[in-house]
Amino acid sequence: MRILTLAGRRLAASIPTLLLILIGVFVLLQFAPGDTVDALMAQMGGGDAETARQLRQYYGLDVSAWAQLGNYLWRLVRLDLGFSAIYGKPVATVIAERLPATILLMTASLSLAFFFGLIFGVIAARGVNRWPDTLISTLGLVFYAMPTFWFGLMAIVVFSIYLQWLPAGGFEDITVARTGFARTLDIASHLVLPTLTLGLFYMAIYLRIMRGSMLEVLTLDFVRTARAKGMDETRVVVRHVLRNALLPMVTLIGLQAGTMLGGSVVVESVFSLPGLGRLAYESVIQRDLNTLLGIVFVSALLVITVNFIVDLLYARLDPRITTGS
Amino acid sequence: MSFLKLYFRSPPAVIGLLLLILVLAMAVSADWLYPRDPLALAGRPLIWPFSNPRFLLGTDNSGRDIAAQIFHGARISLLIGLVATLISVGIGITIGSVAGYYGDWVDTALMRVTEAFQTLPNFILLLVLVAVFGSTITTVTVAIGIVSWPASARLTRAEFLSLRNREFVQAGRTLGLRDARLIFGEILPNALPPVIVYASVVMAIAILLESALAFLKLSDPNVASWGNLIGAGRDVLRVQWYVSAIPGVAILVTVLAVSLVGQGLNDALNPRLKGR
Amino acid sequence: MSAILTLDAVSVSLPRNADRPHAMSEVSLSLSANEILCVVGESGSGKSMTANAVMRLLPPGVAIDGGRILFEGRDLAGLTEPQMRKVRGAGIAMIFQEPMTALNPLITIGDQIGEMFQLHTDLGKAQIRDKVQALLEEVRIPDPVAAAKAYPHELSGGQRQRAMIAMALALDPRVLIADEPTTALDVTTQAQILELIRDLQKRKGTAVLFITHDFGVVAEIADRVAVMSQGRVVEQGTAEEILGNPQHAYTKQLIAAVPPLKAPPPRELSTEPILTIEHVSKTYRTGGFLGRGQRVTHAVKDVSLVLPRGATLGIVGESGSGKSTLARCLVRLIDPESGAIRIGGTDIASLSKSELRAETRHIQMVFQDPFASLNPRRKAGDAVAQGLVVHGTPRAEALARARELFALVGLDPSAIDRYPHEFSGGQRQRIGLARALALEPRVLVADEPVSALDVSVQAQVLKLLADLRARLGLSIVFITHDLRVAAQVCDLVAVMKNGEVVEAGPIGQVFGAPQHAYTQALLASIPGRGFGLRMADS
Repeated sequence: MRILTLAGRRLAASIPTLLLILIGVFVLLQFAPGDTVDALMAQMGGGDAETARQLRQYYGLDVSAWAQLGNYLWRLVRLDLGFSAIYGKPVATVIAERLPATILLMTASLSLAFFFGLIFGVIAARGVNRWPDTLISTLGLVFYAMPTFWFGLMAIVVFSIYLQWLPAGGFEDITVARTGFARTLDIASHLVLPTLTLGLFYMAIYLRIMRGSMLEVLTLDFVRTARAKGMDETRVVVRHVLRNALLPMVTLIGLQAGTMLGGSVVVESVFSLPGLGRLAYESVIQRDLNTLLGIVFVSALLVITVNFIVDLLYARLDPRITTGS
Repeated sequence: MSFLKLYFRSPPAVIGLLLLILVLAMAVSADWLYPRDPLALAGRPLIWPFSNPRFLLGTDNSGRDIAAQIFHGARISLLIGLVATLISVGIGITIGSVAGYYGDWVDTALMRVTEAFQTLPNFILLLVLVAVFGSTITTVTVAIGIVSWPASARLTRAEFLSLRNREFVQAGRTLGLRDARLIFGEILPNALPPVIVYASVVMAIAILLESALAFLKLSDPNVASWGNLIGAGRDVLRVQWYVSAIPGVAILVTVLAVSLVGQGLNDALNPRLKGR
Repeated sequence: MSAILTLDAVSVSLPRNADRPHAMSEVSLSLSANEILCVVGESGSGKSMTANAVMRLLPPGVAIDGGRILFEGRDLAGLTEPQMRKVRGAGIAMIFQEPMTALNPLITIGDQIGEMFQLHTDLGKAQIRDKVQALLEEVRIPDPVAAAKAYPHELSGGQRQRAMIAMALALDPRVLIADEPTTALDVTTQAQILELIRDLQKRKGTAVLFITHDFGVVAEIADRVAVMSQGRVVEQGTAEEILGNPQHAYTKQLIAAVPPLKAPPPRELSTEPILTIEHVSKTYRTGGFLGRGQRVTHAVKDVSLVLPRGATLGIVGESGSGKSTLARCLVRLIDPESGAIRIGGTDIASLSKSELRAETRHIQMVFQDPFASLNPRRKAGDAVAQGLVVHGTPRAEALARARELFALVGLDPSAIDRYPHEFSGGQRQRIGLARALALEPRVLVADEPVSALDVSVQAQVLKLLADLRARLGLSIVFITHDLRVAAQVCDLVAVMKNGEVVEAGPIGQVFGAPQHAYTQALLASIPGRGFGLRMADS
C-alpha cells in the first residue's frame, strides 16, 4: 500500500513538470517562422490573404499567443489534442495510429538491452580484467560509439539486401493480408532489425553500468559477511550482490526513457516504421505544429509512465523505500 | 604516481588517445590535403573506393570526393562536439552548483526544470529547436548543447550536495567567507574532476546527435558533415553501400576515441577504482 | 588447556606498491577454548589483518606467505577453498565493526541468519525458522518475532550487532572472531554488547579472538592480551600482566596515553562569563505534507549554559544527544530557532548573514575529521591564512602569521607550502587548530577534536590544547562522546540526552557524584572504569 502512495505522490509531482514542458514548447513554437496555416497554404499551392484569415480563425490562431495557450491547455484537460491540418484528422487519432509501433519497438529494445546488459555485465564483472571482461567491454564500447542509424543501414545491407533474411523496412507486409498468428510473426520479423539497432546501443550502456555496479557492491561489507558464513562465490553473487547491483540499473531505465524515445525517431526513419518518432520528424518537416505539440505531450506522458513503473519496481527491490528511515 | 604515468599505464586509454590524435590530424590537414571545396563536384559519381587513385575512398552519388568529405567532416564533428559540450557542461555546472549549494526551494525549482528537460525526449526537443530556429551550424550546435545539459547538472549537484557539508566548507563559513568564494574557491575545484570526465560522454553524445540530425537532413546542408554523407548514401544503399559505410566508420572511430580517453582520465583520476 | 587456534609465525605480504612489504610479520598467537584473547593495537598495526588471515578473507593482492594457522589440528593456510568454506561460519565465525554495512540491506534479518543453517545443515524451512527465533531470543533482542522479519535499517545499531552475534553463534562455532565489534556503538550500547559477548562465551565455552584499539574494552573483557605494532606482536600475556605491569616500551607508552577516568584537581575559575547560551532550541521537521504527518525532532531543546572566561566547558552525550547540533548553533553553521548566544555584548543568534561574517572571528571551531576538515586542493598555509585575508589582513602578512601559528601548534613553519595529504592525521588536526586560532577568537568550539585519532596521537593533541589554553588563556567549548577525555580537559561539564541538558556542573562533582540517573548509567557503562586510575595515582 505504501508503495502505491509513494508512486502516486511521484505521479502527482510530475504534473508541474508536464505543464512546464507544454508551456515551454508552446512558447518556443511561437518563434517558429510561419504557422500551420502557412504550411497548409504552401501545400495547397498558395492562396489569398482572405483564405488565410479565415483559416486562422478556424484554427483559433487569430487570438493572442497567451489566449491560444490558455485554449490549448483547457482543451488538453478535456483530452482534446486539437486538429491536424496536414493529416486532416484530429491529432489524437493521428497519434493513436502511430503509437503501437513505437511502444512495441521501445518495449522490445528495452527488454533486449536490459536482459543482455544484465547478463553481460555480470559475466564481465565476474571475470574482471580477464579475457571475457575485455571482450565484452570492448564490444560494449563499439556498440556505444556506433551511430544507431548507421548500424541500422548496415544491418539492412547485410540482412535484407545480401542475405535477404529480414525485411528492410515497414511495420508489416501490406501486399498480403494476414491475420492472427501469421500477422504477429510478420510484424515480429519486421521489428527484429529496428529492435537490434535501438537495443544494442542501450545494452552497451546497461552492461557498463551493471559491471561497475557489481564491482562496487562486491567491495561492500555485507559481501564479506556472506563469505565469512562459508558461502561460495556463485551464491554470494546470486543472493547478495545481484539485487543490490540492480538498483542503479533500474534507476537508469527511468532516466533514459526520454533518450530512448528520442532514439526511436531516428530508427523509425531508417526502417520506415509508422511510429511516433517518424511522425515527429514528419511534422517538423511539414510544420504541423499542432501535431508536434501533441507528440511532445504524449511522449512526455510515456516517459512519466515508464518512470512510474520504474518507481514501483524500485520499491519492490529496495525495502528501504517503503519502510523508510 | 604521477597522473600521466597512471594514464599511460592503461592500453585502451593510449589507443583512445592515438585515435583522437588521428582524427585531430585529419581535421588539421583537411585544408592542406583537400584544398578544394569538399562539397563541389569532383569527378564521375559512384566510383568505388580504391579503384581510382585520384579518389582513394571513391565518390558519392553526386560525384563528390568521399575522402575530402571525411577529412573536412572531422573538422565539423570535432568543432560541433567541442562547442556543444562546452555549452552543455557550462549550463550543467552553473545550474547544478547553484541548486546543490543553496538547496531548499532553489534546488526544488531548478530540479523541476532539469526533470522537465529529461522527461521530454531530447531528440524531439532537438527537432523542435531546429524547426523553430533553422538549421545553420551555429543553431544546431547551440541546440545540441541545450538539450544535453541535464545529466551534468545532476552530477554537479550531487557533488555539491556531498561537499557542501564537508567540514572544510563549514570551516570556510566560520572564517567568514562569502557564498561566491565558498562555491568557486572551496567546493567547485573539488567537484570538477568527475564532471570533466563526464564531459567526454557529453561530447560523444553531441557528435552522435549531430550526425543523426544531419542524416535526417535537418542539419546544415552547406557543410561537409559525416551524417550528411550517410544520409546521401542511403539512396544508393542497395549497391553502393560504401557511401554510407565509410563516414559511419569515421563517426565510430571518433566517438570511440573520445570515450576511451574519457575512461582513461577517469581511471587515472581514481586509481583505487581502476578497472571499473 | 590445549589451544584450539594457533598462529605459528604467520606472515602476510602486501602488494608491491604498498608502504611496507608485510602486513603481518611472523605473528604467533594461541587461543584456547573458553578464553577471550584481545589483540590490541593502533591503526595500521595489522590487528584486523590477523582476523582476516585466519578466515582467509584477505583483500586482493594480499596473501599469506609464511607460517601455519592451526585450527583443530589442520593448517588453514593449506586448505583448498571448498574445504575452507566448511570452516567459515561453522568452525570459525566472525562479527564486524559496522553492523549497518555488514548486513545486506535488502534481506530480512531472519533470512540472513537462516542462511547459516542453509549453508551448513540439512534443516527444513520450519526448523530453521524456529532456530532463528531461538537465537534472536538468546541474544536478547527486543521483540524477536518482529526482528526476524525486519530489514537491517529498521533496527538500531545495538540491535543490528545483536543480530550479527546471533548469526555468528548460529552453529556454535569453536572460535568467534570479533573485529572491533563495539567501536561504532554508543558507550551504553557498547557495555551491553560486551556483556552479551562475555555471557555467551562463558555459557558456550567459545574461544574469542577480540580485535580492539581500546584499552578500556581490553580491561573490561580480556583474559589474555596480545599487543601488536607494525605487523608484529610486541608483547603478550594475561590481562593482569599486560595492563598492570607492561614490559615493552610500546605497551607502556600506549597504556600511559589512555586518560584515566578521574578529573585532576579543579582550577580556579573566573566569575566573568565570556559566552552565555540562553534557552537555545533547534527542531527538525521531516516528511509530512502540508503540515500533516510530520515528524518533529527536538535536536536541541531549551539549553542554557555559561562558559566563564578562560574555562573549558565539556558537552558530553551519546550520538543523537544534540551535542554536535548545539556546537554548530554556536558558530551559526545551523541557525537556532530561539534563544540567545551572547559573546560580550553581541547575540550571535540574532545576527544577519553579513553581520555574522564580521562577528564570526570571535568564535571559531575545530572539527572532528582531520581528513575532511581541510580542503585537499589548498595549501596548509593558505588554509590558516585564509581567515585573516578575508578579514582584511594583507596576504604576505597573513602568511607570516601562519608561519608563527604553525610553530605555535608544534608544526614546522616551512611546511606551510605543503598540501594536506602530505600531513598525518594528528598534524592535520594541528593545522585545523592553527586555522581556528588565526583569528584570535574569544571562544574556541572544539567538536570531537581527538576522537578520530589513535590514542597516542590523541594524547599529544590533548597536551597541546592544554598547553595553549594555559599560554593564551583560551575559553573552550569541548564536545566529546569520550568521558575519559572530558575528565582530563574540562573544568565544567554538561551531560546531554535527547537534546536536553540533564546535568551540568564542575566536572569533579558531576563525575564524582552524579545526580541524574542517565549520568550514572553513562559513567557505569565506560569499559574498564578502574583502569588507568592506579597509574594516575602512583
